[in-house]
Amino acid sequence: MSMATATAVKPVERENYLNKEYGVGSWLLTTDHKRIALLYLISITFFFFIGGFFALLIRLELLTPAGDLVQADTYNKLFTQHGQIMVFFFLIPSIPAVLGNFLVPMMVGAKDLAFPRINLLSWYLYIIGGAMMVHCMLTGGVDTGWTFYTPFSTAFSNTKVIEAGLAIFVAGFSSILTGLNFVVTIHRMRAPGMTWSRLPLFIWAHYATSIIQILGTPIIAITLVLVIAERALHLGIFDPKLGGDPLLFQHLFWFYSHPAVYIMILPSMGVVTEIIACFARKRIFGYSFVAFSSIAIAVFGFLVWAHHMFVAGISVYAALVFSILSYAVAVPSAVKVFNWTATLYKGSIRYDAPMLYAFGFIGLFTMGGLTGLFLAALGIDVHVHDTYFVIAHFHYIMVGGAVMGYLGGMHFWWPKISGKLYPEGWARLAALIVFIGFNLTFFPQFILGYLGMPRRYYQYPPEFQVLNVLSTAGATVLAVGYLLPMCYFLWSMRYGKPAPDNPWNAAGLEWQTQSPPTTFNFEKEPVVTWEAYNYEEIDARTGGEAPIVG
Amino acid sequence: MSDSTVSATVHGEAHAQNPALLHHFATEEQQRDASNLGMWIFLATEVMFFGGLFCAYLIYRGWYFDDFAAASTSIDALLGGTNTAVLICSSLTVVLAIWAAQTSRRGMLLSMLVLTMIFGMAFLGIKGKEYKDKFDEHHVPGASFSFDHVAIPSHPDQYANPRHAEIFFALYFIMTGLHALHMIIGLGIFTWLLWMAWKRRFTPEYHTPLEIGGLYWHFVDIIWIYLFPLLYLIDRHQ
Ligand code: HEM
Ligand SMILES: [Cu+2]
Repeated sequence: MSMATATAVKPVERENYLNKEYGVGSWLLTTDHKRIALLYLISITFFFFIGGFFALLIRLELLTPAGDLVQADTYNKLFTQHGQIMVFFFLIPSIPAVLGNFLVPMMVGAKDLAFPRINLLSWYLYIIGGAMMVHCMLTGGVDTGWTFYTPFSTAFSNTKVIEAGLAIFVAGFSSILTGLNFVVTIHRMRAPGMTWSRLPLFIWAHYATSIIQILGTPIIAITLVLVIAERALHLGIFDPKLGGDPLLFQHLFWFYSHPAVYIMILPSMGVVTEIIACFARKRIFGYSFVAFSSIAIAVFGFLVWAHHMFVAGISVYAALVFSILSYAVAVPSAVKVFNWTATLYKGSIRYDAPMLYAFGFIGLFTMGGLTGLFLAALGIDVHVHDTYFVIAHFHYIMVGGAVMGYLGGMHFWWPKISGKLYPEGWARLAALIVFIGFNLTFFPQFILGYLGMPRRYYQYPPEFQVLNVLSTAGATVLAVGYLLPMCYFLWSMRYGKPAPDNPWNAAGLEWQTQSPPTTFNFEKEPVVTWEAYNYEEIDARTGGEAPIVG
Repeated sequence: MSDSTVSATVHGEAHAQNPALLHHFATEEQQRDASNLGMWIFLATEVMFFGGLFCAYLIYRGWYFDDFAAASTSIDALLGGTNTAVLICSSLTVVLAIWAAQTSRRGMLLSMLVLTMIFGMAFLGIKGKEYKDKFDEHHVPGASFSFDHVAIPSHPDQYANPRHAEIFFALYFIMTGLHALHMIIGLGIFTWLLWMAWKRRFTPEYHTPLEIGGLYWHFVDIIWIYLFPLLYLIDRHQ
């Protein structure tokens, strides 16, 4: 009611989190979770394009069989920096730090995260880590691969391992603090009536992700401390020449880094769940199964790390156990795919851009997950380990899955974040280009790997060239697909039509406040009396009129 | 509608009465619960952080059992034991400080905080002495490290492998070093708590910072309670 009068008096300039204060200081010292989300958005986009730039250089080098663009050691640095930046500075923070930061408080009906200043601190940690990484890159780079395998990283590499390690160490604390903030917010800041069974599945996904961030990240932190200590002081912790154990490094590294892949994918699943419910206009099929499958993935994810070490020298029995456990972790992921499909079944589906990304996600994630099962089978892994098959597998999941979800979420919530509608036609086109470009880039890599092309080589036998050219062509298309959203999002900020409060006619508390929201999110504390995803009710009330889009 | 108006006024009053209540919390209880839960979760990350080291330690101790035993005999268990006692006392003074705040005993609160910090500094002093001894004995891993001709406790006719002993000392320095770093951070936190107490910020109703600072301090103590037997006592039974 008060909202309606406010719009009548001042139709254009409602006070919101964007126009409440101006000036650089008001952004750099803000404790508003929404502003911090935007700070992350800008910095993460920056790193995405640096990482992407390296990716294009890698693909250019592989355009021809000869190593004619860069030298071998430069190539090593290229794929290392590509991996480290994409994993630690883009994929891991992307959805939690941008969309999670923006949406978690609003979705549970809170005014802010539980610890706003810690939230700001976590952005600064990210920036400090990122600046160290950029400095490391500009002054020589690292060539260990994103995995920092010892003893190469501690005893042989003569590149900036310590600086890169410290950069990731610092960024790791940013990740831990974000997770901590989310868990406390979800436990203690829910609005009256927002019970656990009414939480959006996006929140459940972030809850599970936070558990991994809290319990996993300290392990990579201490592992990096050990690597740095060994490298600086020549201790014998991982170096076999000094009595150490390089397998210990791999155990510690993958104990974090396998669960870390779920830090990347679970939030994306949360986004996709929201989008599917909204564009199929249905309650998610098997709500509690989807919720608990997130927790199950988080827990099982900690038990399968050694499937990265089948050929590293672990015992056959250990390999067997980890192989079986890896199959088990696929079950909760499959539960989600089945439940999305069941939700879509007989839904009144609309094919707007966020939904196109969600479909893309399901397809690519399924593909990545199934090839993960291949890799989890001991015999097949021995054949394709450290080939392009593995590269294709994890790109299907991390780029095909996580980035698709991120883009879908950015489109879905863009009207809420910016208060502007994006151009729907362009967005659908971009989604299509991304999907085609992606498959063209990475599908040939499955075949390459199956045929035996090893990863991390800067030249290859000529018979692999056709597939490599296809892949490079695909990467170019993909780059266009990724640049487009950035262009029209920026364009829409200036020229886009103002967004209504709830352009998709969606359920969820975040849509019940104005677009963009006010500083404390809600005019008055919301009281929740309805179930999550009550789309049938909403459509019955509004006569199921078509949502407004740009 | 009327419901939320009521809650809005209650909310306003809660804020008017307590300046320490941050704006995004509805009640003091919510704020206190959030801080406490936050600290517990942070401590869970700390457990994992040290967990990686304990894991490494246990593996190498299994592999190089005798060498580790030999190396541990070179560490001064008396100094370590003293430090254990010092830390336990400091945990007690932390608890007493919280109790003093709850019962409005300002003088006691201030003195208990000061005492805690004195214990903390004593711990670091003793630790420094231990480090210096190691340095003098060339037991610090690195170029000048030497651990030649040291007998294995259970097989006095055999010498410990210096390479493996060096791993013991590497872990010793990393584990106790990280622990000492946590103590230093703890001293920083307690300086801040002391300042707040001096400014009369704590009341029987509001002493959350003391509680979460205390939780942190206890946690650092507990880590030591594990480090002490693992590093100092593993082969002291004969
Ligand atoms: C859910 C999301 C998943 C993500 C984000 C993901 C990501 C990755 C990544 C990044 C790697 C390569 C690591 C490297 O640099 O060496 C990888 C390898 C591997 N993945 Fe996945 N994965 C996922 C799901 C699965 C599943 C469900 C399974 C098994 C059922 C699986 C099995 C494997 C195996 C066995 C390898 C090692 C292959 C090798 O190095 O030989 N993955 N994955
Ligand atoms: Cu894995």
